[in-house]
Formats: sequence, C-alpha cells, structure tokens
Amino acid sequence: MLSRRPSAPGTSQSKFEPRIVAFFCNWCTYLAADLAGTSRMKYAPNVRVVRLMCSGRVDPQFVLDAFAHGADGVFIGGCHPGDCHYQEGNYKTLKRYHLLKRVLKEMGIEEDRFRLEWISAAEADRVRTAINQMVEKVRDLGPLNLELKDVEKADAEEVLV
Amino acid sequence: MPEISLLSGPEAVRVGFYVCHCGTNIGGTVDVKALAGYAASLPRVAVSRDYKYMCSDPGQALIEQDIADHKLNRVVVASCSPLLHEATFRRALGRAGLNPFFLQMVNIREHVSWVHLDKKAATEKAQDLVRAAVRRVALHKPLQKRRVDINPSVLVVGGGIAGIHAALTLADAGKQVYLVEREPTIGGHMAMFDKTFPTLDCAACILTPKMTAVGSHPNIKLWTYSEVVKVDGYVGNYKVQVKHKPRYVIDDLCIGCQECIAACVYKEGKTPDEFNLGLSKRKPVYLPFPQAVPQKVVIDRDTCIEFKSGKCKKTCIEACGDRLAIDFKQKETFDEIEIGAIILTTGFKTFAPERNPYSGYGRYPNVYTSLEVERLINASGPTGGEVILRDGKKPASVGIIHCVGSRDANTNRWCSKVCCMYSLKLAHLIKEHTGAEVFNFYIDMRTPGKGYEEFYDRLLDEGVHFVRGRVAEVSDWAVHPSEEGKLVIRAEDTLAGFVRRIPVDMVVLSVGLEPQADAQDVRRLFNISCASEGWFLERHPKLAPVSTFTEGIYIAGACQGPKDIPDSVAQAGAAAAEALALIDAKSVELEPYTASILEEECSGCKSCISLCPYQAIAFVEEKKRAYINEVLCKGCGTCVAGCPSGSIKQNFFEDEEIFEEIEGVLAYA
Repeated sequence: MLSRRPSAPGTSQSKFEPRIVAFFCNWCTYLAADLAGTSRMKYAPNVRVVRLMCSGRVDPQFVLDAFAHGADGVFIGGCHPGDCHYQEGNYKTLKRYHLLKRVLKEMGIEEDRFRLEWISAAEADRVRTAINQMVEKVRDLGPLNLELKDVEKADAEEVLV
Repeated sequence: MPEISLLSGPEAVRVGFYVCHCGTNIGGTVDVKALAGYAASLPRVAVSRDYKYMCSDPGQALIEQDIADHKLNRVVVASCSPLLHEATFRRALGRAGLNPFFLQMVNIREHVSWVHLDKKAATEKAQDLVRAAVRRVALHKPLQKRRVDINPSVLVVGGGIAGIHAALTLADAGKQVYLVEREPTIGGHMAMFDKTFPTLDCAACILTPKMTAVGSHPNIKLWTYSEVVKVDGYVGNYKVQVKHKPRYVIDDLCIGCQECIAACVYKEGKTPDEFNLGLSKRKPVYLPFPQAVPQKVVIDRDTCIEFKSGKCKKTCIEACGDRLAIDFKQKETFDEIEIGAIILTTGFKTFAPERNPYSGYGRYPNVYTSLEVERLINASGPTGGEVILRDGKKPASVGIIHCVGSRDANTNRWCSKVCCMYSLKLAHLIKEHTGAEVFNFYIDMRTPGKGYEEFYDRLLDEGVHFVRGRVAEVSDWAVHPSEEGKLVIRAEDTLAGFVRRIPVDMVVLSVGLEPQADAQDVRRLFNISCASEGWFLERHPKLAPVSTFTEGIYIAGACQGPKDIPDSVAQAGAAAAEALALIDAKSVELEPYTASILEEECSGCKSCISLCPYQAIAFVEEKKRAYINEVLCKGCGTCVAGCPSGSIKQNFFEDEEIFEEIEGVLAYA
C-alpha cells in the first residue's frame, strides 16, 4: 500500500511532483475553489480535492489514510472561525488538527506536509496561493518516505488507519 | 477496507461514465477522449462516453438510454462543479428509474480545466479524480430525500424600496409577510432623494404610496425600530427572533399628531437630524420625516432630559393627554416568528469621504456629499428645497466630483454604478434651482440603462460642463484673485491634456456605495456568504442572482451590490417570486445527508452529544446508546468524525465512501 507512483504527474521524471489530497468543506473552501475556476486563476495541478459538507467531517483517519496511501501532503480547507455553515464545525477541526499534527510529528511526517487553511467562498485567490505555497514546500521536502522501521509492512495499514 | 463484492451476479455494479467537453471549456485543456478511454479500462465501468454538452437534453437522454440499454446501476459524470449540475443529473437518474444518489460527479471544469494550463497534468489529475469517483460510486447506497412542509409566511429584512416592493408583492399574493426595519421608519435611502433619474419623477411621489400600502396591508406585519437577533431552522421552517427597541411611545396608542413634539421642553431642536444627515436639528421626541411610516414618534433616550435627569416637566405627556401613548418605562421586547422563507434587502451605506483627504470634506464647510445635496434639493428637506451654502448664499458655481470612493485602488475598486447618473441628475437640479455654472469631473461617463444616455445628451445641451479627469485635490488656496474665497478644484483634463484649476462656491462629492457596516454580522446571522468586497453573495451571478447558498434565503437590492432603483425593484420582484415558488410548493425536499447511530456498535460514551451545535443528539438511558434526531440534524458530519468507536454514519459521506475516494485519487495506474 505504500508504493509510490513511479512517474510523477505532469512533468518529466527528473522533477518530483508531490501529490496532495485536500478536504474542502462544501460551503466555503469548495466554493472558493469553484470561484478560482470561474475566475480562470491558474495554480499547481498537484491537489486532489475531496468534497465534504464541513471541515468538521474530516476524520483524523482520513488524513492518516491519505498519507498511508501515498499522499505527500494533506490540506484541509474550512470556513473562517465564526463563519462555519454549521456554526462551529471548524473549531472541532482546529482542535483535531493540532492533535493530529503532534501525532504526525511522532510518526516522522514533517509539519509542512499537513496544512489547515480558513478560506471563505470569496477568497479564490487564497486557494491559489495556499495550494501553490504548499506544493512548493512539499516539493522541497521531497517524497514522503514513511519508514516503518519496527512494524511489519503487512501491518502498516492497520497501524496507520 | 470493505470488500467490494458486487463484481458479478445480479447485484453487480455497472457504472456508466460520461465526460463532458463543455464546448472547449473542458475539452480545450483536458484530453476528453483519452479520459473516456481511461475510464473504460477501469473495473466495473460498463459504458464510457464523451459528449459535447452533458447537461443538455440530448446529453441527459444519453444517460437515461444507457441506463436502460446497459442495465447501468451507477453513473459518474465528469463535468462542472456538482454545485451547478448535480441536481440536473440526479433528476436524469431518477427519470430512468435509478435512485438519484447512485450518481457521483467529478469536477473537471472549475477544479481542473479552468485552473491548469498543462494539458498532460490536467488530464492526469482528471484521471485520478475519475478513478476515485468510479471506486466511490460503487459503495453508494440508495437514499431518499426527506420531504418537509413549508410554512407559508415570509420574513423581509430591510424596509427600503427593495424590501417594500418584495413585501407588497408577497402580501398581494395572499402571504403573511413580516417586514423588519431597524430605523423608526421604512423608506430607506430612496425616501431621502428628491427626484429620480432619468425621468425626474419625484421620489416621494412614487415611494410614499408604497410605504403607506405596506403600513396598511392586512397581510404585512410591519416592525420598525426592530432587528432580527436570532435565526434557527432550515428552508421552509425558519424560527426567527425579532427584537423591538423601545421607542418610548406605545405604537397602538400614538396617532401621529405630533403635539408632543411641539410641546417638548426644548423649544428648538438641538440634536443633528439623522434623516437630514445633520443638516438640521431635531428634538429628543421626533418623527424622522413627515411621510414616515408608521406615523409614530420616537423618543431618543440619549438626548431626552427625562432620561438624563428624571426631572423633566414632561410636557410631552401633558400634550399627549388621555391618549397615554408616551411610556418612559418601555423596555425592549421580543417576538418569535416562524416563516418559510427570508428575503434580505438590507441595502448599502454611502462612502465616507473623510477617507479621501484630497476631497476636502470635513475641512471646507461647502464641500457636501451627494446625499447631503439630495436633502438640500428636497422640498421637505432642511432648507425647503433651496440649494444654499452654509452661509445661506446661493452658489454661483458648483463642481461635482465623480467616483469618490469608487474605482480607486486606495479605497474601493468597484464602480458604484449609480453615481454617474445621480451626478447628472444633481447637475440638472442644481442648475434648475440656482442657475449656477455646474462642472462635472468624471473618469468615464457610465450611462447604461433605458433612457440614461439620452439624459446625458440632455445635460450636454443644458450647458453643464464636463471635465474628463481625476480630481487631484480640493483646496482654498488661491493663486489668482479670481480664486479668492472660493474652493479650487485641481484636476487633470485628459481630453485637453493639461491641468485645470476651477474655482467654485460649492463642491459635491459623488460618493460611492459600500456594503452596510454590519453586513458581516448579518451574513453570519443568516448563514449566507459575502463576496470579498462585503456584498452578499448570490448563488450564481447569472442564473440565480437573488438566491443564496442557504436554501430559502434570498437577497435583493443593493445589499448584493451597487444598484439603482429600477434594478433593486426588479430584484425584489424576483426574490418575491422565488420565495413564492418555494412556499407555494407547500413542501420541500431536504438533502438526506444526515447522520445516524449504528446502535449495536455505540458504546454510549456520549462524546458525540457535545459536538452537535443543533442538539440533535440525545442519550437514550434505557438503551445506553446515543440517538440522532434526523429532523434536527443538518448533516455536517462533525459527530461522525468525532465518534471514537466509528458508530455514526453520515448518508452519502460514509467513512467507506470517503476512504474509497482518498485511496482512489492516490491509486496510481
């Protein structure tokens, strides 16, 4: 399950192209990404968006699952504090994010591989810049090499997920 | 991971895949043919096709036909954002006899073709997304939308011309309407104007009959001096709390005779009159303007002596006599109402020109805003319709500066749309009232609208001067005897190619329109979105201009963006029609994305209960299990993510479905 795609998307083999999974909430960040589209903004093609109704739906297991299956980075986009379509789902996300960051650090996953951004439906430009920044950072870090030293590879999924 | 055991047999998953060219919108960047070929190679895909416009009737018919011919039981459409056409394709599935939730959409337009340039990278990204969708859709379960009844009443927030028009339209259709206005009277900005462009019909003559109609309509409950403080519920069933601020006058007893105003211990007004923008003074007890609706006076507790010292002679109460309408002990009260739809018509505010120091506003007394000049020109205004300077003299020359707080990188970048036309109107009226020489300083003359350009032509004939160029500054610095005692407007004349200095007696700043100062609070209260400038965000700029992303909440008028009166009225009518279409359907379908407890797995730890902001989760003591009330659940999924034993599932966003999607985008071919 931890195998990597031999050739990175879009470019020549020599340059590493990170693969990033994003979880966008339906009401703010997904809309902002749609707006980036209708505004014809251009950004790096490395992000794959999974739409959820609220960033509060992002189960920490989703993040772990993404890393376990070869994501080089995970990006969560939600509404600004106080603006959540469901009142306070994004606050729950924030708490889980901080906790999860520590867990990921323990696992040897660099901080820059995991990012949470508040992006409102109007902030298409922020989608572009946040994605571009993250892609650059993760590209600098290189591919995620999850070294599961003491764990049998067969057990990897069970441990991570 | 769940084993997908649906590969064969009568229950086998058979996916139909459809990719849309969207003309060249998608086809120009994503290799659509290659994508269709790729999808055909994926497991469980029975049919894979590309088509020019999937959302068109033939496109949808293609899916319906394939469902019948190829016994498809799942459909994946790769096209635009699901927020645009998910409903369209779900209906197509429904027509073909398939559960509509056996659809998964892949957004390869907004999220791929429009944002990437590299065709290869874009196509690869599209492939990843398609692979994920094909895997995810196999796990989709049949779902039923919930149908709930709709309360046929409507709340309109804001009593300007848009709110008035929307309320009257709905009330005339026989619906119960609540109109909430925070000022003591309805009428909004339009009530402050003298004439309206381009026909120059008097604003009061066309507005006040509508205001009166609102006040007397049996189907309209008018609440002025009131604000919405709480909004609960969902489309068709909103519960709203309205706060009534104390006006210290009992609405039902006040007959609007205004004898209390005459009798007030203040012989003259001392407080700047809000309605006249401080150009006149009012007493602590006042009626905002003569045609106010309702005709009920207000007592301002900040300036009333009784509130300050408690020792006033209370001549107002004496004057009121046995009508007993004045009540100094009045407290704020609250009403709870239930409605099916909400229309927001909360309007705009004008740009504060103090922010542009070059304009001289606040420094030179004879620099006015356009709204102040509207009041000066208005026959019922502070000067009785005389356009006069602060010293009472008539101006012999007037300069009107366009685009103050509009089209300016330092303040607001947008064009406020109405300023060119109202500036022309003011130029005409000032000339008519005073015979002054009038100069317009403009960047571009923007007069798109019925009869607007003709009005501009008329002004050119009337001898109003037009200088094309931005004004650098307004000052009283005379460099020539002819400029002594005057305001000098220094502006580049871009047509003549030099800098002009034009001395005038009066300067009018054509201030732009801005979102209300509390637009962000209102947006949060009603759970809608704002565009980056702060205007309320419509669901679609062309096709759903008065809808919002929150079902059952509509917007109209200048709260959505700068708008003149005809456009505001048109939007108000549109919003009323949308609300009528909703409530006359009597019931509405809700998305079935609610969460539910898997009882046999729930450990009864109660950690989900505090996660729900809607109190939708309860603990059932007998069973020692949590229970989710589907009616209260809004489907955010926060509890699902928080359940330590994984015993909550969310329809359409089940853990397995999302895992499948995550692993799908990452499973390289």
